Amino acid sequence: MTARTRRSLLYVPGNNPGMLQTGGLFGADVVVLDLEDSVAPSEKDAARDLVCGALRRVDFGRAATCVRLNSLDTFAAADLKSLVPARPDLVLLPKTGCPGDVLELVGILERLESLEKKDRKPIGVMALIESPRGLAEINAIAASHPRLEALVLGAEDYAAMVGALRTKEGGEIALARSQLVNAAAAYGLESFDAVFTDAADDEGLAADTILARNLGFTGKSAVNPRQVKVINDLFSPSGEDVDWAGRVVRALRQAEKEGSGVASIGGKMVDAPVARRAERILRLAEKLGPGGGDGR
Amino acid sequence: MKNAIGREIPGETKGQGKLRPFLGAFQGAPETFPRLPPKKRSPPGGNKVFSSLGDLFGDLELKSGATVSFHHHLRDGDAVANMVLAAADKFGLRDLNVSLTGTFAVHAPMIELVKKGVVASLRTSSLYGPVAGAVSRGVFPTPVLIHTHGGRPRAMKNGELSVDVAFVAAPAADRRGNIVGHLGKSACGSLGYAWSDADHAGTVVAVTDNLVPFPLFPPSIPQNKVDRVVAVESLGDPRGIVSGTTRITKDPVALKIAASAAEVISASGLLKEGFSFQTGAGGASLAAARYVAQMMEKDKIRGGFALGGITAHMVGMLERGLFQCLYDVQSFDLESVRSLGRNQNHLEIGADLYANPHSSGCLVDDLDAVILGATEIDLDFNVNVVTGSDGVIMGAAGGHPDTAAGAKLTIVVANLLRSRQPIVVDRVITATTPGETVDVLVTERGVAVNPKNQELKERLVKARLDVKEIDELKSLAEKIAGAPEKVDRDGPVVALVEYRDGTIIDVVRGVSG
Repeated sequence: MTARTRRSLLYVPGNNPGMLQTGGLFGADVVVLDLEDSVAPSEKDAARDLVCGALRRVDFGRAATCVRLNSLDTFAAADLKSLVPARPDLVLLPKTGCPGDVLELVGILERLESLEKKDRKPIGVMALIESPRGLAEINAIAASHPRLEALVLGAEDYAAMVGALRTKEGGEIALARSQLVNAAAAYGLESFDAVFTDAADDEGLAADTILARNLGFTGKSAVNPRQVKVINDLFSPSGEDVDWAGRVVRALRQAEKEGSGVASIGGKMVDAPVARRAERILRLAEKLGPGGGDGR
Repeated sequence: MKNAIGREIPGETKGQGKLRPFLGAFQGAPETFPRLPPKKRSPPGGNKVFSSLGDLFGDLELKSGATVSFHHHLRDGDAVANMVLAAADKFGLRDLNVSLTGTFAVHAPMIELVKKGVVASLRTSSLYGPVAGAVSRGVFPTPVLIHTHGGRPRAMKNGELSVDVAFVAAPAADRRGNIVGHLGKSACGSLGYAWSDADHAGTVVAVTDNLVPFPLFPPSIPQNKVDRVVAVESLGDPRGIVSGTTRITKDPVALKIAASAAEVISASGLLKEGFSFQTGAGGASLAAARYVAQMMEKDKIRGGFALGGITAHMVGMLERGLFQCLYDVQSFDLESVRSLGRNQNHLEIGADLYANPHSSGCLVDDLDAVILGATEIDLDFNVNVVTGSDGVIMGAAGGHPDTAAGAKLTIVVANLLRSRQPIVVDRVITATTPGETVDVLVTERGVAVNPKNQELKERLVKARLDVKEIDELKSLAEKIAGAPEKVDRDGPVVALVEYRDGTIIDVVRGVSG
């Protein structure tokens, strides 16, 4: 799945061979092979080997592969040294606290990639925002480097660090969500909402996903494969969305043909952000094909 | 000689005599064997009740070399087969032929009785636990016969299997021999596998730990078929008899397989008014049943019947009006036991009506869809449910071959990799169910349709299911896990896998260790 049309981001523990092998089966748009929180410090080496093996041998289908690194102050450099030759599509930097973190990561990536074949696509970067500091600097982080593709919210750590009580309703992370969405939108990045941790609560997940979508997130993280379908379904454009987007694009073309700078539908002016939204819906619909096409 | 699916079958074996090779799922002609009907008489005022197995054995005319039978409705909680065989040993009986409809870990004491010469042979539909291992190691003096649920009533009806004394574990019985399975501390629900024994055995003994006042009604097995009633302390361990609840899996891979299986049923066009269905109680099967139920509710479809081993989920579907009735040959959990006792649309049936191919019409033939498991499946869609990938016995033929042959749509669900072993192989180690009776294999990495069913394949492709060729699935699995090593099949024959019509579909050869 190409950038800008990714709806779901599924975490898979990097130390579990069975789950690494099946991670691509559930229709997630991004599969995140996790070297950080799911792996005990004593198992980091073994997990790194497993993740590199999975990247080389496992068919993840149309999912983009991503590795959640350890933080820059622990094992990130060692992770990258092993990982870069195995070529994940993306890396996710945890505990991103300032633009310098992104720049440091990109610097390591560039050095390691320079040792590889030149014809390879550079590895994309996602930043996990999970601290008050990261949120305070979020606009600068979003603007930090063109290789940054997405901001991902880590709500559990964030809530703990600001001293908030984490609830299913999520009032305590409302500001964090909105700031992250805004920063991502301002700099043309994707934005992924935090995981919904109760894997047994399907209704709670659906409500949380609808909230994230309505706030403007482009996708949501999943902690269990069973959550992926709900997230994909709710982040997929409906038939009405696709019809509307089609009308917008046709109106723009018509306006262009007629030499008019302004298009309108039903008396409402179509401006640039509306046009961009319509284009994203059509791109997503085209990727998914009729009926959504998830996990098929 | 080679049978119709290319399996090498010996002409005869010790104990079983001449063998008939499998000819095809619907080719084996019915046979009958001469046998005199049992002589029975129960004078008015006569006493049927014995207070111990000792007293009973003093009265029974049971001789060495006789055939005794047991049902497996008490599953891994059964104490009856063990206590009866121990009593037989105490009375000096030897060379008994045992027909036990299913063999579990709890039956381990049988191994010593085989070594001692008390037990000479075993016929069963399933082999789990230490007895299975003992069979694989060649402990039994004659090959064990593994039959199907439908094959056993066929063999009893046609005289091939002649039972001298049937010991029927009875969770409730009265002094005249009326029996039910859904009452008492050892309640197991349906007694369907014992019905043929009650019809055909020379002497029928109800073994009960719950002697209730006469009349016990309505009976599962009525008094006119029961010759003796023996009271014992306990039939076994209730914890091993039924599970408290059967839970739907949370394993995301199994759920994905289940969802695909339900989609296959939907795409097949069979999911419509009057739909009939059977599924197992394990892994993906129950989850598939839940997805099917959701589809039926959404489209307001009222099914005809659900069949087989019954679980709380099937009971729920009956109570929500998704089926008109349940046909219950075996009850898997407490809720299905309770439902059998209270819901008149939850019907107890015998194995003959369930699956006997040589009857005037068994219910498996009326199934629209069945979902079945597999330990292996090969490129010809032959399925193994009896031995593991190492060739050691660890499973059950059960109703697998019966339902596969009867149902319009036979779906096999399996993880493409099990314990790092590919499930799709060139040739299954042991063929249990012939490929000609299997329509679809559903795995987490795609769905393969038997080439004999092109129309179904087109429907699944149209429904955008991930349809692959079966050899493609095999390659996929081998790419991840490597090709499995060939298992040596040169040992002596330790078990015969009997197809439901009485022919031999395969043999199991012994393994060392």
